[in-house]
Amino acid sequence: MKKLSARRRHPLAAVVVLLLALAATGGLYAAFAPAGKAQADETAQSLAIEEGQKLYAVGCASCHGSGGQGSSDGPSLVGVGSAAVDFQVSTGRMPAQQPGAQVPKKKNIYTQAQIDQLAAYIASLGAGPITPAAKQYDPAGADVAKGGELFRNNCAQCHNFTGEGGALTHGKYAPNLEDVTPKHVYEAMLTGPQNMPSFPDSTMPEKQKKDIIAYLQHVNGEKSVNPGGLKLGGLGPVSEGLFGWIFGLGALIAVAVWVAAHTAKAKKS
Amino acid sequence: MSTADNSKRKAPAGERVADYFDGRLGIYSLAKANMRKIFPDHWSFMLGEICLYSFIIIILTGVYLTLFFHPSMNEVHYHGSYVPMQGVLMSEAFASTLDISFDVRGGLLIRQIHHWAALIFVAGMVVHMMRVFFTGAFRKPREINWIFGFLLLVLGMFTGFTGYSLPDDLLSGTGVRFMQGAILSVPVVGTYLSFFLFGGEFPGGDFVARFYSIHILLLPGIMMGLLVAHLILVFYHKHTQFAGPGRTNNNVVGMPLLPVYMAKAGGFFFLVFGVIAAIAAIATINPIWALGPYRPDHVSTGAQPDWYMGMPEGLIRAMPGWEINLWGHTLVLGVFIPLVLFPLVLGAIAVWPFIEAWVTGDKREHHILDRPRNAPTRTAFGVAWIAEYMVLLIGGGNDMFAQYFHLSINAITWFVRIGFFAVPVIAFIVTKRICMGLQRRDHDKVLHGRETGIIKRLPHGEFIEVHEPLTQARLHTLTAHDQYKPAELGPLVDENGVERKAGRMEKLRVKLSKGFYAEGNQITKPTVDEYKEIQAGHGHH
Amino acid sequence: MSSQDIPEDKHLPSEQGDAHHAGVAVADDPFADPGLPAHKPRIQDIDERAAKRSERTVAMLFTISMLATIGFIAAYVTIPVDKIVFIFPLGKVSALNFALGLTLGAALFCIGAGAVHWARTLMSDVEVADERHPIQASPEVKAKVMQDFADGASESAIGRRPLIRNTMIGALAMLPLSALVIMRDLGPLPQEKLRKTLWAKGKLLINQNTMEPLRPEDVAVGSLTFAMPEGLEEEQHDFQVQIAKAALMIVRIQPEDIKDKKELEWSHDGIVAYSKICTHVGCPISLYEQQTHHVLCPCHQSTFDLSDGARVIFGPAGHALPQLRIGVNKEGFLEALGDFEEPVGPAFWERG
Repeated sequence: MKKLSARRRHPLAAVVVLLLALAATGGLYAAFAPAGKAQADETAQSLAIEEGQKLYAVGCASCHGSGGQGSSDGPSLVGVGSAAVDFQVSTGRMPAQQPGAQVPKKKNIYTQAQIDQLAAYIASLGAGPITPAAKQYDPAGADVAKGGELFRNNCAQCHNFTGEGGALTHGKYAPNLEDVTPKHVYEAMLTGPQNMPSFPDSTMPEKQKKDIIAYLQHVNGEKSVNPGGLKLGGLGPVSEGLFGWIFGLGALIAVAVWVAAHTAKAKKS
Repeated sequence: MSTADNSKRKAPAGERVADYFDGRLGIYSLAKANMRKIFPDHWSFMLGEICLYSFIIIILTGVYLTLFFHPSMNEVHYHGSYVPMQGVLMSEAFASTLDISFDVRGGLLIRQIHHWAALIFVAGMVVHMMRVFFTGAFRKPREINWIFGFLLLVLGMFTGFTGYSLPDDLLSGTGVRFMQGAILSVPVVGTYLSFFLFGGEFPGGDFVARFYSIHILLLPGIMMGLLVAHLILVFYHKHTQFAGPGRTNNNVVGMPLLPVYMAKAGGFFFLVFGVIAAIAAIATINPIWALGPYRPDHVSTGAQPDWYMGMPEGLIRAMPGWEINLWGHTLVLGVFIPLVLFPLVLGAIAVWPFIEAWVTGDKREHHILDRPRNAPTRTAFGVAWIAEYMVLLIGGGNDMFAQYFHLSINAITWFVRIGFFAVPVIAFIVTKRICMGLQRRDHDKVLHGRETGIIKRLPHGEFIEVHEPLTQARLHTLTAHDQYKPAELGPLVDENGVERKAGRMEKLRVKLSKGFYAEGNQITKPTVDEYKEIQAGHGHH
Repeated sequence: MSSQDIPEDKHLPSEQGDAHHAGVAVADDPFADPGLPAHKPRIQDIDERAAKRSERTVAMLFTISMLATIGFIAAYVTIPVDKIVFIFPLGKVSALNFALGLTLGAALFCIGAGAVHWARTLMSDVEVADERHPIQASPEVKAKVMQDFADGASESAIGRRPLIRNTMIGALAMLPLSALVIMRDLGPLPQEKLRKTLWAKGKLLINQNTMEPLRPEDVAVGSLTFAMPEGLEEEQHDFQVQIAKAALMIVRIQPEDIKDKKELEWSHDGIVAYSKICTHVGCPISLYEQQTHHVLCPCHQSTFDLSDGARVIFGPAGHALPQLRIGVNKEGFLEALGDFEEPVGPAFWERG
């Protein structure tokens, strides 16, 4: 009990309580909702928007404005589309702990249903990229080699050859793409989160995005192999140089010490 | 002489073979001088061997790689066994490197041994050079060998760079592009140099073949010559040694070449090769398959050279973008100044022995090594040089440091810009003070003996720590070093009363000498009289 | 010892006798060299069983080496070249590379370790002193050499016949010129090559991803696209040379956010096309931050502001990225309105 009371004053406590309440409401509603199919779709849609708006008012409005119009602390969300919301919220980047040059990813506190509601609300503010369906980003059957070429032309300059990430100006960075789900990779390309430029379907069609995802899985995912041994971060010569100095030359000097050392003398008897 | 003997008795087969060669090459005289040559034991004397052996390993593995590598920039579509490159357009150089890595059995291992050995070779040369520097082993008669060693380091860096560029991958191609941009910045002739080196515009279709010939023939050939000269001089001068009982400037104490050093040095070759082979088994180096083929319009973040080129990389990253346009010409200072600074920073360490010799005016041979603390100015200079090198290495990897330590790349660049001037100065001052502190410690140890940690209570209640006098061997070792007195300007009036003017160089030399050896810049070592006086009044502390 | 009072002629180690004479402990000099300490035996020197143990260790190391070589051959023959295995903590690695490397490493290391152990424990460890000899020649030798040289020089009469000497020096000095001249055909002269790219009036902007010409409506605000000139094919022999100059980076900025007047004029409805090649040393620069409109070079961190004429705001680049003037043709495709007006890529002496 003590633990709970201590956390009652946590800044996020209100959010958590509200989310629980909303989840309960939503769940109850779902349980008792009338079952008229054709009507249900439309009602469900408007209901989702309504629920999303409530979530928005709690979690997002302080920075992005009460109607998504943006403020000095956050950009306008009109026209960013549901894909952007899905990416930002489900990777935990939004809601941000503090405004800044770059909002890092963290643990996501929303359920997928809530994210969809939020996304529905934002999408209702203005048309934008739509959250992709699974078949859009499923890399099965994609061209890995083509994906590699596309990756080196469009992505590697910030994310490194195999998506290990890299530095940008003034402390900003392009994150490591290991463990990023295909859906999130797809959404990021589609929407251009934060300082990342977007690669809309008009310049990079869906098939090419799949190729890129397939390539990433091949070189920096579950399927990736490192034939030569330890990957050393996949960072190239800096980590190789450090390894060579510390373990290569270090081991050789240790051996040299042994070679040159005087052999133990017999104890004076 | 041996022919006469042979008729009388049947010599063993080995001896007969030796006789055969002696009659033609004079090997007995050679062996007489060298077979039982003495080498002193110290781990730091083996650093040069690490370099020698890794050089041999590089040549052995390099020859193997040439059997499979195609130094051609003809574009082909890849159809080897590496899936993520299927059908990709690439140069034959890159395709054949993929083949070495994925289709030649053991090819990947040899490639990785070659590259790891190259990193270790250059790193070993730097550490070896530092050992020689900090112990003063570069002093007469070894100055020329010091220069040979330095040239080997410089050539090693460029051989490494040309080799790194051969696979024509996206990372090395970016490095070559940088080199081409740097050449373009050379005033007046830069554009022409670039066109001649690349056979036209960058990247053209020639540079891999040209770098290949430079990498496998020209530079290693020169290095081989220098290396042999370096080793001959090591044999000829005989090895230096640290001061100690029985070790003087006139002798060298250690174990004979045959058998002990034959086994130790020979064995060490296998140890070095074994360690590098094991490293190549467990750690990837330069995974070109992950980098992709070079395209001048593609790039990856974290574009870095191998570590030995990190220093010039740091210079170029930290330099502000100065550019002067005058009379229809462009002076690209933002690139050209780092290009000029590179040899200057590197060469600063190489000229030190000559500056030191000039300041001391010492023309004697030196075979006893200095302890770094006993030459505070030299040691401080060496550490300042290393500090400068480290600052520039950080600059060369500023994007990595920004990424992994969550720093701003701009802040690191500013640190390097300021640190380039400030850090060596700080390192110099701090090191000098540490050296002086250590000298004081030796001074106390000689005069008062070793602190035993035993506390004794005197009859009147005072507590003292018992100091144990040093053995004569230790006393000798700690006082064996020479100490220079600062130079003075000679009399400005000669015995005939004629005035002379002290030249500017002479004044500079006196000034430097004072900076090196005046009171406050070194601790005068204890004299026999001081020692006797203190020992006579034993018990007082 | 002052540097001044080192006698000039005392260069040789043997002549530099000072307070510490080798091996002589002078009674009233506590710092004198006591000479080489007496040799102390190792266990192996006095205990035959210990020596036998050492012998067995050395033999064992050599045997392991033999086994490792057999292992190397076995691995080479049996393991397929593309076999991948998981090995902790290395990850998924090539089984062949791992097996060959470790067996080779062991085979080599054990030979070395055996030899060194042998030397350290079974060979004599008595330290011996070798005398050094002065490197400098004795005055007699030097005098003889000088005399020989003088004789030779005077017999050649090189001093008395300056005509021969001078022409010889001239001939030797000129000879390397041939070596220099023969290098001429290493490459063509630069001429105007660095000033021209494939871009020209009316050339369409081809999207490098799709190889289709770009329309203005394809390029969204905040997006990043790379384009090359119409007619350039990856398969053509000078593709690398051409793309190294023609590579183009296209972004769209709200026109009201564009600060530079010329940039706005040369853009089409906020779509701006800049050279992708850094003006520092030529890396493809394309780390575009869509909120700040800064692009960063991954090689040396030059940073350019694409909303302000691509001027340099940080790093070692000396001038702004060249902009390509673009418009829209009758069919509604983006087209170049000419070549770059200044050379792309790194600066050079003739750039002006």
